[in-house]
Amino acid sequence: MHPFLMALAGGSLIGLAATLLLGINGQVAGISGIVGRLVPPAPESSWRVAFVAGLVLAGFAWVPLLPDAFAAGDRSVFAVMLAGLLVGFGTRLGNGCTSGHGVCGMARFSKRSFSAVGVFLATGVLTATLFGLLTRGVT
Amino acid sequence: MLIAALGSGILFGSGLVISGMTQPTKVIGFLDVLGGWDPTLAFVLAGATGTHMLLRPLVKWLAPANVARGTPAGAGVDRNLLVGAALFGGGWGLGGYCPGPALTAAGPALESALFFVVPMLVGMGMHSAYRRRRESSSADATAAA
Repeated sequence: MHPFLMALAGGSLIGLAATLLLGINGQVAGISGIVGRLVPPAPESSWRVAFVAGLVLAGFAWVPLLPDAFAAGDRSVFAVMLAGLLVGFGTRLGNGCTSGHGVCGMARFSKRSFSAVGVFLATGVLTATLFGLLTRGVT
Repeated sequence: MLIAALGSGILFGSGLVISGMTQPTKVIGFLDVLGGWDPTLAFVLAGATGTHMLLRPLVKWLAPANVARGTPAGAGVDRNLLVGAALFGGGWGLGGYCPGPALTAAGPALESALFFVVPMLVGMGMHSAYRRRRESSSADATAAA
């Protein structure tokens, strides 16, 4: 299947998963919020553990079928670690990431989420493009 | 309800794998607009947000109480939201992982996702510590006034 169709199909599954969590559990499928509230453990967090377990299990289940989907990036360990730190702190400060703001928030036309997505897309493009120019060299 | 949360997590993670979000090179290929731009991610976002947008009214009709519970109170745009989003975007563009894909890739792509997931958890812990300090210092300021 064409990668764009795979992306659209996979995206639809993500949207469906968020819909089920909202309809059955009454919760927002915002990953940074779910994980962030497990550090340190908050009361009534068992559904959060179950959701995160599902995310991790999906990786193990798909690796024999689509091994290429888990190809590691070409960034240095230092860059990846710094990235993790920024993503952890930033998503908690900004109350959401690609899933909470991008999928759930924008789907309900939240002004906060549209603003957050605009900002993280802008700084994401800026960082990736500058990093690309610096590593490839300006041609 | 636990089984529903587990099922939703598995479905969500499967969507991330199928769509290509667990590949940092693909994510960076979308964000790096001068490096042979790869538009795949736009299709993931369209599929995910579009599906949720279309199905939301149906769930609202079927389970109105749950939808009300899962809808955050409409706060305004503030500095924390913008600064947090800016920092997150910087990390996303640098490493090519956002929280969900990093967790789904953490098992199979150990060397990459674990170097990301552990610092991410540290960053989340740092935010909790930062917020506690701010709350206690603003309480001190109120007490002093």
